[in-house]
Formats: sequence, structure tokens, C-alpha cells
Amino acid sequence: MTQSESTTTTTADPGDPSEAVVCTGLEYSFGQTKAVDGLDLTVRTGEVFGLLGPNGAGKTTAIRSITTLLPVPSGMVRVFGHDPAKRQMQVRRMLGYVPQQLSADGGLTGRENVSLFARVFDVPRRERAARVAQAIAAVDLTDAADRLAKTYSGGMVRRLELAQALVSAPRLLVLDEPTIGLDPIARTSVWECIDEVRAATGMTVLVTTHYMDEADQYCDRVALMHRGRIRALGTPEQLRTEVGEQLELAEPPTLDDVFRHFAGSGLANATENEGEFKDVSRTRRTASRVG
Amino acid sequence: MSVVPVAPPPESADPAATPAAAPAAAPRRDLGLLLVPPQARSGWRVVLARITAMCVVELQKLRHDRTELYTRAVQPALWLLIFGETFTRIKAIPTNGIPYLDYLAPGIIAQSAMFIAIFYGIMIIWERDSGVLTKLLVTPTPRAALVTGKAFAAGVKAVIQALVVVVIAALLGVALTWNPLKLLGVAVVVLLGSAFFSCLSMSIAGIVLTRDRLMGIGQAITMPLFFGSNALYPVSLMPGWLQAVSKANPLSYEVDALRGLLIGTHAHLVSDFGVLALAAALGVACASALLGRLAR
Ligand SMILES: Nc1ncnc2c1ncn2[C@@H]1O[C@H](COP(=O)(O)OP(=O)(O)OP(=O)(O)O)[C@@H](O)[C@H]1O
Ligand SMILES: [Mg+2]
Repeated sequence: MTQSESTTTTTADPGDPSEAVVCTGLEYSFGQTKAVDGLDLTVRTGEVFGLLGPNGAGKTTAIRSITTLLPVPSGMVRVFGHDPAKRQMQVRRMLGYVPQQLSADGGLTGRENVSLFARVFDVPRRERAARVAQAIAAVDLTDAADRLAKTYSGGMVRRLELAQALVSAPRLLVLDEPTIGLDPIARTSVWECIDEVRAATGMTVLVTTHYMDEADQYCDRVALMHRGRIRALGTPEQLRTEVGEQLELAEPPTLDDVFRHFAGSGLANATENEGEFKDVSRTRRTASRVG
Repeated sequence: MSVVPVAPPPESADPAATPAAAPAAAPRRDLGLLLVPPQARSGWRVVLARITAMCVVELQKLRHDRTELYTRAVQPALWLLIFGETFTRIKAIPTNGIPYLDYLAPGIIAQSAMFIAIFYGIMIIWERDSGVLTKLLVTPTPRAALVTGKAFAAGVKAVIQALVVVVIAALLGVALTWNPLKLLGVAVVVLLGSAFFSCLSMSIAGIVLTRDRLMGIGQAITMPLFFGSNALYPVSLMPGWLQAVSKANPLSYEVDALRGLLIGTHAHLVSDFGVLALAAALGVACASALLGRLAR
């Protein structure tokens, strides 16, 4: 077993090349709602990091803070050593981002959609067509590239969005529920596109998902988020073993069970503070053991 | 079940998904270019590149679907045909001896361009809701460059629309200039005017944040902007307070310039261009400052 994750996070050198994203006590509120409440997180360079958690846990808010969409105070987030509060442009140049909702422009063809992102990332004209074609090929849309995006199925739109994000060769790919609303085959194909490009480019992937099987299969490490904070963190394997030992189960639990263990206690937490407190202290222990 | 299906069945409703499901069989694709990040542009080149990108998108959309171009030509055509022809016969409006239809045509060109530009700001909320804008906000595009790009794209769309109205007016027998330099001036005037009105609309979008509210406000402001200008009648006919409104209304300057260029009336071209350029610049500054609110 290793060192506490949170220790590494807080004492890390901001310029450490092995760290792609570092969040330190990240907080964000929408009016009275504290969506992210002291998030500590380190995504290592080159890994696929899964951010899991129930609806409203604050995953999207955390991602929007990292991607410069929300104004967070300086010092809370670092992306490859850059603070998004101070160096927005540098951070954005390293990012590929696919938001939670399907968001290709239906009035343009697939190729035009990708080409727009090549332009806004300053791809020079002489290599634009070739680069766009490679991004489209990487997500298997070559045959459909010249159809309007509004004729695409959900899975195709998602892969088109991946191509849009990949065309600028991002060092960090941020995907907010990339497989939401997709059939199992389309889900697999999205993940395989991600995997193949990552194998070729060595980019870092930060992803949220509600599908525990995906997290188990494709993520190197996962963090379970609940009410704006990390409640558990480690490899899927570690979390399963951890919870299995803790609950003294005969069979090793699935990641679904792990999820319920940390986040599904909504009913138990109805007795407010006490439950919350226990939950946190237990999580601390888990996090420090498996981190 | 922590065991995940590894080999999916080969059939899917989504045909293009199938090849990816069997990567072992597929040859490795060439991803060479996707390994190197592009060289960043800097300074004014960024702004220029973003303006180009937005205008290209606008032209591509127009190429795929021209219906809007035609449906939006109906209203100006009716204005010229019904209002224009009638008031030409009534001769109620003093136009210094110019046929009223000729007097009206530049006003209608400016009006149709303004409608398009105001609608453009409504589109930005739609783009926000659909995530298209959100993704653009995470690209290395300064807010001001994005807004300028959008403003010019609205301008390009409005210029094409203006061209349609010019042709309609010519068909109705309006004596328009065909001097290419003057027509270029017309395009620049329409571009600047539309840039201002689209920025006005985007600024309001940044304040009210929802489409419904913006629709209401958009409709509420186009009417006074139109009637409170010299598009339909000379400013000298207006009561004093409305003349003051008209003086502050960029549409008046746009119409004045268009009239001067298209049908050769006496115009104050230098101040018209100056006011329109200044208004557009102010609009860009205002809209870029408010754009971030749409991302939250
Ligand atoms: N724009 C907003 N305005 C007000 N409250 C918001 C806004 N966005 C999110 N919230 C609130 O912040 C909290 C966290 O939301 P967030 O979208 O980050 O959760 P999530 O983990 O992404 O959930 P999901 O899995 O459903 O996508 C929720 O309580 C939500 O209601
Ligand atoms: Mg979310």
C-alpha cells in the first residue's frame, strides 16, 4: 500500500511533469448550492482517470472549472503546471473537450465541424485537410464525413465530437459522459476510439461516466465523488478489494457495489451531520490506503 | 458484474460503429498528424483567423440550406411592393423629388440586415444551450475574437441578404447604382451595421441569458429602432424628441450611407462610416465582456 493521495496532492510541485491535472481544495458554488466543495485530485500524465459519482455530485462543475469555463480563483487548479485562472489560453491549447450534451453543429457536415476546430486551434492551411481527414478516420467516420451532422446517430455525433477534440492533438482530453445515451455497441466503439488514440499519442484522459463497467474496464484510476468531494480513489481493482474487505464480503464486489457503498447511502445520510461525518472519515481512510 | 462484454456482436443500428468494434482486424490507422499540436498564432493573426473561421462556417451553412435566404427575402419584398408602391402614389412623404420607392429601398435593405443581425444574437443562446458555444469557449479564442468573428459572420449573412433585396428592388424598377466601388461601400456599410446589431443582441443575450426573454426583447427593440430611424421617412418629419432618438440610432446612419451610395442622395458618408465603425467596436467590447456569463 502506498502513500496518502492527499499528501501528494498538496505538497506537489506545480510544474511536476508527471501530473496532468491538480486540483487543490477546489470549490465552486452556484448561488447557495455548493456544487464542488473542497475537491483534491491529481490526474497523472498519460492515465485514463475516471470521475464517478451520482447525479449532482459536482462532476460537470469540476470539469468546467478545469476547462476554464467557470471562473475559479487562482491556486485551486493546475493543468500541466498552468493555472487556468491566469493562463487561460495556454490551458485551452492543451485541452480537447467534449461536453455532457451532444453538441455537433447539425447545419454543417462532419468534416466541416472538425475543420472548424482545426481552424480555431490554428492548424495551418497546408496541413488542415490532411489533419482533419486523420481525425475523422481515427473515429471511423470517413464514409459519413460529408453528410450533414444532423443526419448522424447519437453514437456518430459522439465520435464526431471526439474527432473535433482530437484534431488539435490535445495533451489532455476531457470527456463529460462520452457514452451517455448510447447503445452498448456505440459505447464500445467510442471507448475503442479513445483507447487507440491514447495508445498512439500518450495523451491524458479525464472522463466522467455513470457506467461502472466502463470505468472498470477502461480507466486506470477512478475517483468516487459525492456532494462535491472525493470519497474514494484508486484503481478499480483496489476499490473493489478495499470495499470487499471492509464489508467482509465473501465474493469481491463489483464497482457498482463500490459506487453504492460510497454514494448510495442517500437514505442513511438523511440523518444529516452524523452520517456525513462518518462517511467522510471512512473515506479518508479508504483514500489513504488505496491512493 | 465486473466482467465486461469484450466482444460485442457485429450488428448495430449505427453502421459506422461496426469497424471500430473489431480493432484487431482493422489495419492501424495513420494518426501521425494528431501527435503534434499546431503552432499557435498570436496577436491580431488570432483575431483574423477566428473571423475567417466564423465567416467560413456561416457560408458553409448557407450553402447547405438556402431556404432562410429566400424566406427572409419575402418580408422586404412585401415592404417594397405594398408599402412602397402605395406611398409612391400617395406622395405624402417629401423626398426631394425622388420616387418614394427609390427612397424606401435602402431603408428596407438596412432593415432586413438588422433583423438578421438581431436574430444572430438569439442564435448564440441556442448555441450555448446546444453546447456548440461551450466548446468554442474552450478553444484558444479570446472572447473578443469570438465575438468579432460572430459579428462579421452576421455581417456576411446580412450582406448576402442585402444582395437579394437589391436585386428585388432593381426588378421593381428602383434606379440603383451599378458602380462597383459604391456597391463595395454598400457591403461595408451593411457589414458594419450588422456587426453592431448582432453585438447589441449578443450583449442582451449575455444579460438576460434565456432565449425566451431575448426573443421578447429582440422584438421589442427592432420596432422602435426601425420606426425611430430615417428608413421610412426623413428625420425632419419627426417630432423633436424622436429626432433626438434617431440621431442616436445607428440604423439612421446606415440608411443615410446606403441612400447616398445606392441612389445618390446627399449623404454624410464620412460621419456615417465613422459612427458605424465606432458603434461596431463598442458593440464588440460590450458583447465580449458579457459573453463569459453565457458559459456559467
Ligand atoms: N448552471 C447551474 N446553475 C445552478 N446550479 C447548478 C448549475 N449547474 C449545476 N448546478 C448544481 O450543482 C450541483 C452539481 O451539478 P453537476 O452538474 O456538477 O453534477 P454532475 O455530477 O455533473 O451530475 P450529473 O451526473 O447529473 O451530470 C447540482 O446540485 C446542480 O443542481
Ligand atoms: Mg454532469
